[in-house]
Amino acid sequence: MATLAVAPAQVVTPDAVRRALDVVFDPELDEPITDLGFVRSVDIGGRDLEVHLRLPTSFCSPNFAYLMASDSQDALRALPGVGRVVVELDDHHDSAIINHGLATDAGYRGTFRHEAEDSLDGLRRTFQVKAHTAAMERCLTALLRADATLEESALGRVVLGDLPAGPEKDSLLRRRTTLGLGCHPSAPVLVDEHGVGYEPDQVPLALRRARSTRISIDGNAHFCRGLLRTRYPGSEDDQTRRVDGEEPSDPTFIPLTALLSGPTKEPTP
Amino acid sequence: MYSKDGENYFIVDAHVALWDARPENIKNVQGQQFIDCFYDYHRNLSPESEVWSMEDYAYQGGERLMKDLFTDGYVDHAIFQPAHLGEFYHRGFGQTEEASALAAKHPDKLTYNHNFDPRNGEAGLDELRADAERFGLRGAKLYTAEWHGESRGWKLDDPMAYRYFELCRELGITNIHIHKGPTIRPLDRDAFDVADVDHVATDFTDLNFVVEHVGLPRLEDFCWIATQEPNVHGGLAVAMPFIHTRPRYFAQIIGELLYWIGEDRIQFSSDYALWTPRWLIEKFVDFQIPADMTEYAPITADQKKKILGLNAAKMYDIEVPAELRLPEADETQTGPRQPEAADLASV
Repeated sequence: MATLAVAPAQVVTPDAVRRALDVVFDPELDEPITDLGFVRSVDIGGRDLEVHLRLPTSFCSPNFAYLMASDSQDALRALPGVGRVVVELDDHHDSAIINHGLATDAGYRGTFRHEAEDSLDGLRRTFQVKAHTAAMERCLTALLRADATLEESALGRVVLGDLPAGPEKDSLLRRRTTLGLGCHPSAPVLVDEHGVGYEPDQVPLALRRARSTRISIDGNAHFCRGLLRTRYPGSEDDQTRRVDGEEPSDPTFIPLTALLSGPTKEPTP
Repeated sequence: MYSKDGENYFIVDAHVALWDARPENIKNVQGQQFIDCFYDYHRNLSPESEVWSMEDYAYQGGERLMKDLFTDGYVDHAIFQPAHLGEFYHRGFGQTEEASALAAKHPDKLTYNHNFDPRNGEAGLDELRADAERFGLRGAKLYTAEWHGESRGWKLDDPMAYRYFELCRELGITNIHIHKGPTIRPLDRDAFDVADVDHVATDFTDLNFVVEHVGLPRLEDFCWIATQEPNVHGGLAVAMPFIHTRPRYFAQIIGELLYWIGEDRIQFSSDYALWTPRWLIEKFVDFQIPADMTEYAPITADQKKKILGLNAAKMYDIEVPAELRLPEADETQTGPRQPEAADLASV
């Protein structure tokens, strides 16, 4: 019964802390901070927690940095049995401002004072829309690649029920839910953030725009991961593989030829 | 000039700097963090053989710059685009005196652009007049994420910025290079938002707006704005080195740019001293869009020639030998180029 013996001293486990942080996303890169390697350390003393976060550069946008740090604090405070929660952002040009704001529960406006106007809800929404756009493009481009007879202009008629099951579809459904778009199988796939579709002659341009969004997110995600590895040697051990936009230079890259069976995705669409 | 396989390329490096980030010039922790961030970019994206020590990286000096660009680097003409960063460095980051003196000594090889900051108000307008006369300015480099007292960023469509653009128009400073760093104002919005470029480009159609690092990390927003504004151009600073570590991403950047803004509005730069031009030029001339990316047409030698030098030479009236010139593509002023290349359906 050794595990029970430590339970009273340590209510929360490091694993539970990291799992709680899985729900905290980098809004711009559309990935959990735990997959990106942004969680630098987790210290547990009895019921109390101290978590340090790190970012790829000192000059990462402070509003995103604040969002991730305050979302982390919220997620950790919701852990059952937890006591005092300290979240600190390390090595950022605004570390002092953000850490003070978190420690005093100052909120966004209290933290950034004259530089904050209202809230970060609009910013969050901007990137939820981009994440949905990219997920939509991945699904539709996969359909095009799988079916040579499918016309690009016909993509406006594709509905959710037409998409094969898999991680790309799951990802799209999650992002639709976030935007409140609903996930009925008869719902069209190619829609704007309000769920409105496109006329056939507008479809190719809508797809091209969506593609540029997807390229941008994938490119940023890999560049930021790479910068984190350069800045914090060893941080690659804390990063999970990102298939979208992956290239041979990535430490987690697995050549397609090495994947013998099972559900796989192309490294780059 | 660079020559390979019977093709000759006239090279304009449209974004270079002569900076000083040595310890004695660093004012505060942010100054150290800024050069550390640049150095991580350098280490992360360079081939191993091209990585410098931090000591070399902090300061190059004029002699080293001339060697890296012109002796070793194939460059025919380079344009200084200095960032001031007066809140981070005692004597500023970009070295005005040294760079402008170097340009005055080698007018055939170097053009000196200077910067301005609308938050300097009326006094800054007078300063801009004086600078235009002193340096013979054709262009300016603007960094919207510059810190300035209590303010940590500005927007191109701020009312005072419009006063500066009106003065630019009057003084013949027609080429406005914009570096969209992580602007803190307004903090509620995306720090890399390029919407303000759209406004100024519409209101100042007689000025060219070169958006450096092609709007990265907001490539898609940049492309969408640039395709609608014929006076918005894309500078490849920071985008170029992806050609080595992330060639597929680089191919997509180039493919998207050729699609949305066309071959006449893209400018090469090494962003020296972030990177050196030699390896970037060699790799770009050898570069091709991967065969499986059928959504993009292959890039041609003529397109590479325009990107590597002819486009910037045209904007700055830099003399190009007659046999190296090329006509402009017969492309639409606005809207996507080569829409026929959107042929994924045929994959």
